[in-house]
Amino acid sequence: MTEIINFIGNHQEIIFFIILSVFVGVEVIGGVPTVLHTPLMSGANAIHGVVIVGAIIVMLNADPGDYLALTLGFLAVVLGTLNVVGGFVVTDRMLEMFKKK
Amino acid sequence: MQPEFLYSLKTIAYIIASATFIIGLKRMGNAKTARSGNLIAAAGMTLAIIASIFIHVNKTADGYETVETSGFIYTLIFAAIVIGTIIGWVTAKKVQMTKMPELVSMFNGMGGACAALIGLMEFHHNLDNTGALLAIILGLIIGSVSFSGSVIAFLKLNGTMNKPVRLPSYNIINTLVMIGVLAFGAHMVFSGTHSTTLLYLLFASALVYGILFTIPIGGADMPVVISLLNSFTGLAAAFGGFLYDNKVMLTGGILVGSAGTLLTLVMCKAMNRPLSNVIFGAFGGNAASGSGPDVKGSIKDLSVADAAVLLNYSKKVVIVPGYGLAVAQAQHIIHELEVLLEERGVEVKYAIHPVAGRMPGHMNVLLAESNVDYGKLVEMEDINPEFDQTDVVLVVGANDVVNPAAKTDPSSPIYGMPILEVENAKHIIVNKRSMNAGYAGIDNLLFYDPKTSMLFGDAKKVLTELVAELKTM
Repeated sequence: MTEIINFIGNHQEIIFFIILSVFVGVEVIGGVPTVLHTPLMSGANAIHGVVIVGAIIVMLNADPGDYLALTLGFLAVVLGTLNVVGGFVVTDRMLEMFKKK
Repeated sequence: MQPEFLYSLKTIAYIIASATFIIGLKRMGNAKTARSGNLIAAAGMTLAIIASIFIHVNKTADGYETVETSGFIYTLIFAAIVIGTIIGWVTAKKVQMTKMPELVSMFNGMGGACAALIGLMEFHHNLDNTGALLAIILGLIIGSVSFSGSVIAFLKLNGTMNKPVRLPSYNIINTLVMIGVLAFGAHMVFSGTHSTTLLYLLFASALVYGILFTIPIGGADMPVVISLLNSFTGLAAAFGGFLYDNKVMLTGGILVGSAGTLLTLVMCKAMNRPLSNVIFGAFGGNAASGSGPDVKGSIKDLSVADAAVLLNYSKKVVIVPGYGLAVAQAQHIIHELEVLLEERGVEVKYAIHPVAGRMPGHMNVLLAESNVDYGKLVEMEDINPEFDQTDVVLVVGANDVVNPAAKTDPSSPIYGMPILEVENAKHIIVNKRSMNAGYAGIDNLLFYDPKTSMLFGDAKKVLTELVAELKTM
């Protein structure tokens, strides 16, 4: 119990940050018309591709001799890029159609 | 350059990126600003990625440390990004718009897998730090579930796996497996184990759970599942952010986690079903036990020629597009029909139910693709009062969203779901492939209404014939 309480105390900045971000996330898409739900889901899908930053950090810290880590890291960067690039491009394609009008 | 300065530059890049995510999501909530919102977020993402690759100064307890990285690793990172960009770009550009929901699902799975791999690699670097281990293991579990779940969702939308697979008492099995995976995860965090075998076993069992979680859910509910898995991946990314104390991963991840959860709930609400029903599949059970409305009159068949006459001499026609239209890829031909009727002085509008198509808003995207004027797409609340001045309603491949039982029959499983009140129009033409029930598995009273005529056949084929017939008139 003490550990948990101390953990919160030691990470208070990040906990405040998380709480506020949760509310921003909810507020920011509140009142979105249904017509935009699919593009919005797709756009949000691209944004969580930010996980690629983690994959890059792993790669930068990897030992050049550790081939298993390098292979997994390489794969992680490929997958993260797919998520980001594919996500934004497909969202743009959907939204482009609304824009024509 | 000073490490402190470089570190600050990276921080600024992350701050800008985080702001673009918020602004981007906000702008995506409005049709006029949506496209720019997406591009703004994409620009912020690019900035964050560039900063992460080129600036590797970290803040430590006693100042700043610069991570030395070999050219070999750089080459690998660039190669990976080039490969990912080419595949991602080409797939996203080439895919047919009707296939888009499965593509979103696939990209979501990639993000989940990326988060899971990070967990696999970071585990051994953080054995002495419980907080970090917790973030790693949770990221690994959630990322894996999101990955395997998305793959199943992809296969289901794709038609490869179209029947829900339900093991006997799957709800109990799934709950037990979930508890098992979480307990296993807790063991990895708190027992101080170093075992790589156990780590990979945890990875495998989380993958299995993702499959079990998604496999019993029917194809029509996949949008809700994808939206949910989308917010899972956001959460996994946020755990990565917690691990590295990386604020841009945290903002991106949490924003998507919370926005995705809200979006999931909104979708469920539009279908008038609690999320628990979608996941635990109470729907099928209820429909079987409920008696359904007693049948009531006969079905009237209509020929294409008669339908063409009826449409041609109307003043106002409302088209109700549904899942069947998307499946038959009839969005272009329906636009052709609309143009033809407008040329003859018929006023044509589209009535869009919030859950029409394969995803909320999917119908709008499909119709926009075939150049239907955005202003002609009318949402449910706005079109409902107009039905009593409508001569003909043409229902194409929609069923449950026009079932009056939602208003009149309290025993119906869809009772309370908002519907398009097409029964108020003078004539209703329903195009369906067969008399099969919609995904709710219940009969539709509308089809037995004396004002309703049925036009059986594949939407694309029937509409093509209808257009040809109209052209001869």
